[in-house]
Amino acid sequence: MLEMLGNLVPGFVADIWNSLPPLVQYLTIVTWKILFVTIGVILIVAFSTYFERKVIGSMQARVGPNRVGPLGLGQPFADVIKLLIKEVVVPSKSNRFLFVIAPLLTLIPALAAWAVIPLNDWYVIADINAGLLYVLALTSIGVYGVILAGWATNSKYAFLGAMRSAAQIVAYEIAMGFALVGILMAAGSLNLGDIVASQRGGLSSWFLWPLFPLFLVYWISGVAETNRAPFDVAEGESEIVAGFHVEYSGVAFALFFLAEYANMVLISSLTAIFFLGGWASPLEGFAIFESYHSNIWFGWIFGGGFPWLFIKMAFFMYVFFWLRATFPRYRYDQIMRLGWKVFIPVTIVWIVVEGALAWFKIGPWAGI
Amino acid sequence: MNRLISYIKTFTLWELLKGLSVTQKNFFRKSITLEYPDEKTPQSPRFRGLHALRRYPNGEERCIACKLCEAVCPALAITIESDVSNDGTRRTSRYDIDLFKCIYCGFCEEACPVDAIVETRLHEYHMEAPGQNIMTKDKLLAVGDKYDAMISADKAADAKYK
Repeated sequence: MLEMLGNLVPGFVADIWNSLPPLVQYLTIVTWKILFVTIGVILIVAFSTYFERKVIGSMQARVGPNRVGPLGLGQPFADVIKLLIKEVVVPSKSNRFLFVIAPLLTLIPALAAWAVIPLNDWYVIADINAGLLYVLALTSIGVYGVILAGWATNSKYAFLGAMRSAAQIVAYEIAMGFALVGILMAAGSLNLGDIVASQRGGLSSWFLWPLFPLFLVYWISGVAETNRAPFDVAEGESEIVAGFHVEYSGVAFALFFLAEYANMVLISSLTAIFFLGGWASPLEGFAIFESYHSNIWFGWIFGGGFPWLFIKMAFFMYVFFWLRATFPRYRYDQIMRLGWKVFIPVTIVWIVVEGALAWFKIGPWAGI
Repeated sequence: MNRLISYIKTFTLWELLKGLSVTQKNFFRKSITLEYPDEKTPQSPRFRGLHALRRYPNGEERCIACKLCEAVCPALAITIESDVSNDGTRRTSRYDIDLFKCIYCGFCEEACPVDAIVETRLHEYHMEAPGQNIMTKDKLLAVGDKYDAMISADKAADAKYK
């Protein structure tokens, strides 16, 4: 870490740093890394609410928020302040402890999953080998918060929302897991950094092309997992008021809101990493640009770096909003049918096809 | 064969993509929002908003207390009492319009033989206390005096269609 800063750091700072025990050094670095990622994610979440309202506004020939600050960019902060100063009403017949802890249980996994996301070739908080499993585990844990919120509220609407959410997660988690098996077979690794590394070499080496059906299944399952339109039956304003968070207000509601958007950002980034090469540049592979890769200002355009991950993530966030502006809500039984009777068979078939291709060394799997 | 086509359509997400293309087209369309306090929609000179009582250019009240407006008012919003004024003419001593009863039909304006009662294009007014919904004669005359130029212009613009 310090070596990268090179001569920017005065000598005595380096001396103090080197005199610290390795554990302290490690903890300091990791804490800063976590802080950067968390604040970054929360800022992205804040502005994605603005982005959403602008995008959906444009699609409906409206203008979206434009009153707070220049172009309405202060809107997310105004919303946050409004939610923070509002009262948190706890229903008297609810389970108080679970009611308060449920929003945290949805938010924490959504943020914790960022630990294994490689932001560029060196910035990853925990470079663990079971990264894919970790991500899969944490994205599924988030639903416990929703279920507990629905149960602790002690309201029929909230309980219905929680049940729907649980059934939906069970159905789509399987398809999602199978889609990730395809990634695992193609990349030969569970480490997200390795998955990105095996997609380097430009647009053509992205997993998007050979795994296109799995990409669609993963993305649609991701939309379903985050309870976003058209799979937002867990909230279903027109059916069950607001579903699991019907009784939440103020900060507690803000946490649910934050968790939902953090999950969306997470799913967008994961889709980018699994299928679109994460931080790798689509323009990679041109020999004439090799010399620019180390350039600090525009090296990322050809060499790859965090901006590419951000662009890809922003694109998928846009698709989230695009879907929301376009499709009406699925009926509940249609969601179940799609999950169990379409996605799971499709993924299994494609895994078999992929396995056969790999076995006979055809196409992109010749090297495995 | 139809079944095959429907399968192909399902798996290529054909209809979903069609829907998405519609919203995407609209995304690039210009917004039709009118940002209200800054921008306003154009109004017709016939717009029927807040009422006003007009005067002749010499300052004399137009209203002659004929009570045609009171008679024609379908919502019974107008209450008129008349008396003989100092100069011996017949004048209203009371002219109240209850804005809560009024349905802004404009019949009073049409019934008036001397163009005394008119409905102006003002529509952004409010009441702050109970009782302010009653437009008394003084208030109506005040509106008429304040917006005289606007009312005259509107009447002139509409005159050729009458």
